[in-house]
Amino acid sequence: MASKRQVGLREGFKYRGGAPMLVWALHRISGIGIALFVGMHIIASFSSQVFGLSLARSLNTLYESPYFQVVVFFCVLFHAINGLRITILDLWPKLLEHQREAIWVEWAVFLPIYALAVFVIISTAMGG
Amino acid sequence: MAQSKSKSLPLGKRGLNFEMLMWIFTRLSALGMYALILFAIIAALYLGARNQMNLADLMRWGFMPNVTHVRYTNVPDVAPWETPFWKLTASALLLLAVAHGVHGLVVIADDYIVSPCGRQIVRILSIIFLLFMTVIGLYVLWTSF
Repeated sequence: MASKRQVGLREGFKYRGGAPMLVWALHRISGIGIALFVGMHIIASFSSQVFGLSLARSLNTLYESPYFQVVVFFCVLFHAINGLRITILDLWPKLLEHQREAIWVEWAVFLPIYALAVFVIISTAMGG
Repeated sequence: MAQSKSKSLPLGKRGLNFEMLMWIFTRLSALGMYALILFAIIAALYLGARNQMNLADLMRWGFMPNVTHVRYTNVPDVAPWETPFWKLTASALLLLAVAHGVHGLVVIADDYIVSPCGRQIVRILSIIFLLFMTVIGLYVLWTSF
C-alpha cells in the first residue's frame, strides 16, 4: 500500500477536524444504525410472514421502546438532513465555499425537529 | 497512488469508473428517496391519513408504503393502500434504499479493510447481501396482507 494511514483510535480523536469531521462521523454512525435497523426489520418481517416466527413480534416491542425510538429517529433524521446537504454541495460544487455555513444551517434545521420529536416520544411514553 | 493525481485531471479525462458511478448514484438515490417518501406522505394525506392516522403511523407509511403499516390504524378500508401501484412504489424505494445502504457499508469497510484480498471478500459479501435483502424485501412487499 502506498499510503500509511493506520491511525489508532486515540490519535484519531486528537485530530481536530471540527464541525465537518463531526458530521462526517455522525453520518457514518447513523448510516450503520439505519442499516442495522432496516436489515433487522426486513429479516423479521420475512421470517414472520413466511415461517410465522414470533421474531417480528418481539422486535416490535423493542421498536416501541422510547429509548430505541430516540436513537433511530436521530439516525434517520440526521442522515437524511446531512445527506441532503452533501447532495446539494456535491451537485453544485460552487456552494462548497460555504460548506461551514451549510453545516450551521443543517444544525439549525435538525435541532428543532429532533427536539420536538424527542419531546413527543417522551411525553407519549409517559402517558401524555 | 493514482488517487492524488486524479484530483487535478480535467472532467473529460477522468472517465467513468465504478467509484464515480456509485458516487453519483449515492447522491441521486438520496434525492430519489426524498421524492418517493414525500410522495407517499402527500398521497397518504390525500387518501385520508389526516383524520385516520397519527403522525408516527403516517411516517411509517412514508418511509415504506407497505400495507402492513396501515393495518393497525383507524383507516376503515385498506384496499386503496394495497394496490399494485403502492407495491411498485414501495419496491422502487426498497431497491434504492438497499443499494444505497449496502454501498455505504462497502465504503465504510474500505476505510478499515485495506488489503486487496480483504476488499475482494467485502465486495463478494456485499453483492450476496444486496441480492439477499432485495429478494426477501420484495417478497415481503408483494406477499404482505
